[in-house]
Amino acid sequence: MYQWDFGSLWQFRSIIGIGFVYTLSYTVACIALGLMVGLVVGLGRLSSNPFISGPLRAFVEVFRCTPVLVQLVWFYYALPVLLGIEMSAGTAAMLSLALYGGAFYSEIIRGGIVSIDVGQSEAGWALGMTRFQLMKRVILPQAFKRMTPPLVNQSIMQLKNTSLLSVLAVPDLLYQGQIIAHETYRPLEIYTLVAIIYFLILLPATIWAKRLENRLSVQHG
Amino acid sequence: MNNQHAHAMIQISNLKKAFGEHVVLKDISIAVPRGSVVAMIGPSGSGKSTLLRCLNLLTVPDLGTVRIGERHFEFNGRKSRLPKDRELAAFRARTGMVFQHFNLFPHMTAVENVMEGMVTVLRTPKAEARAKAMALLQKVGLSDRADMYPQKLSGGQKQRIAIARALAMQPDVMLFDEATSALDPELVGEVLNVIRGLAADGMTMILVTHEIAFAREVADQVVFMRDGVVVEAGPPSQVIDNPQEAATQAFLARFNA
Repeated sequence: MYQWDFGSLWQFRSIIGIGFVYTLSYTVACIALGLMVGLVVGLGRLSSNPFISGPLRAFVEVFRCTPVLVQLVWFYYALPVLLGIEMSAGTAAMLSLALYGGAFYSEIIRGGIVSIDVGQSEAGWALGMTRFQLMKRVILPQAFKRMTPPLVNQSIMQLKNTSLLSVLAVPDLLYQGQIIAHETYRPLEIYTLVAIIYFLILLPATIWAKRLENRLSVQHG
Repeated sequence: MNNQHAHAMIQISNLKKAFGEHVVLKDISIAVPRGSVVAMIGPSGSGKSTLLRCLNLLTVPDLGTVRIGERHFEFNGRKSRLPKDRELAAFRARTGMVFQHFNLFPHMTAVENVMEGMVTVLRTPKAEARAKAMALLQKVGLSDRADMYPQKLSGGQKQRIAIARALAMQPDVMLFDEATSALDPELVGEVLNVIRGLAADGMTMILVTHEIAFAREVADQVVFMRDGVVVEAGPPSQVIDNPQEAATQAFLARFNA
């Protein structure tokens, strides 16, 4: 029978702490950047100009149809060679996760907008609204409500994806865990702890997301 | 006739519209004098709804002219000559449109729906817009529903709020696109009553409708359309009670049975 010894991990608390901070800050940054990318791409794809919507569609498909781990590695090892620039592991990781998340966010945002019944646009136009007024007053308030639950879910995915940072030796939660495991030869305890920490962050987040979804669905349709 | 055209509130001349190969409107010309009510009847696919939508340019005609009040647009088939977003908006603000499926804004209460055009388009101060909206809700008999969301209202109530929303813009004309077709039979009457009241107030209106009896009652002029052309037009006593064209007779026979 394996003798569990979580007590021995206490001395590594600051290493875990650093990992925790890295994971959370990368998550926040990747969500914020990803949402910005998603908003621009999502709105751009609605453009009637094919020279705008076409390339953006290609962008989305490239990022959706390749594994995020491959993107991460490609951004770190291949892109700098291609562009002849230096890129830190952190920058490469941030860039790829933001663009990857942005591709998914953009689909959610675009989908939310096009899901609004065309009758809503016609009612706004019939009142004499301009395109901008229509978006601001009629379409987006309704679309955002529909987008929120999937956006929250995608953001939860973003947090989980930050565990891939460890591949590029960014000291996130998982990477720090690996360091401690090598040090102590106690992978069972340390990886269990890492999993528990992720779980404790994400469980409340998913519960909150579910509540939000329920609350939004009962509000006036 | 020329004299009447000069005073017409609405004038459509030689209007043509096709969706791809399918020609929906073939050379339509209609004049509607100020304060009169025109009912457009005809089978589905006759082009009457498209014609109505061309009047506030929700559908852009291919050829012809559309004039409402002092504003006037000419279409010559060239895409570069299409009116800009702002011109379209200004034009549409002068025409009220009521849709078959109401199209109320679900994220706004009844009174907010009625206020929306005034606040966003006309830039009316909120307090003033609310007062006007309440008066309009009173007019359509729904002042007690002002703070309810559309989801909680019946079809007839929704449609009356949609009428109030359109009236709030103080339009030159009101366009009704099968305003009672999506309603349960017992709710049709309350909406027709509101339209009847508007007619009595002297509002210029075009109704696309399947309510033949109502058309006979309120319309000054009835236009029967089929396959994108006006087959017959005139007062109800003529078009409905004594149709001259075989197509009109055949269409009306279904209602008199």
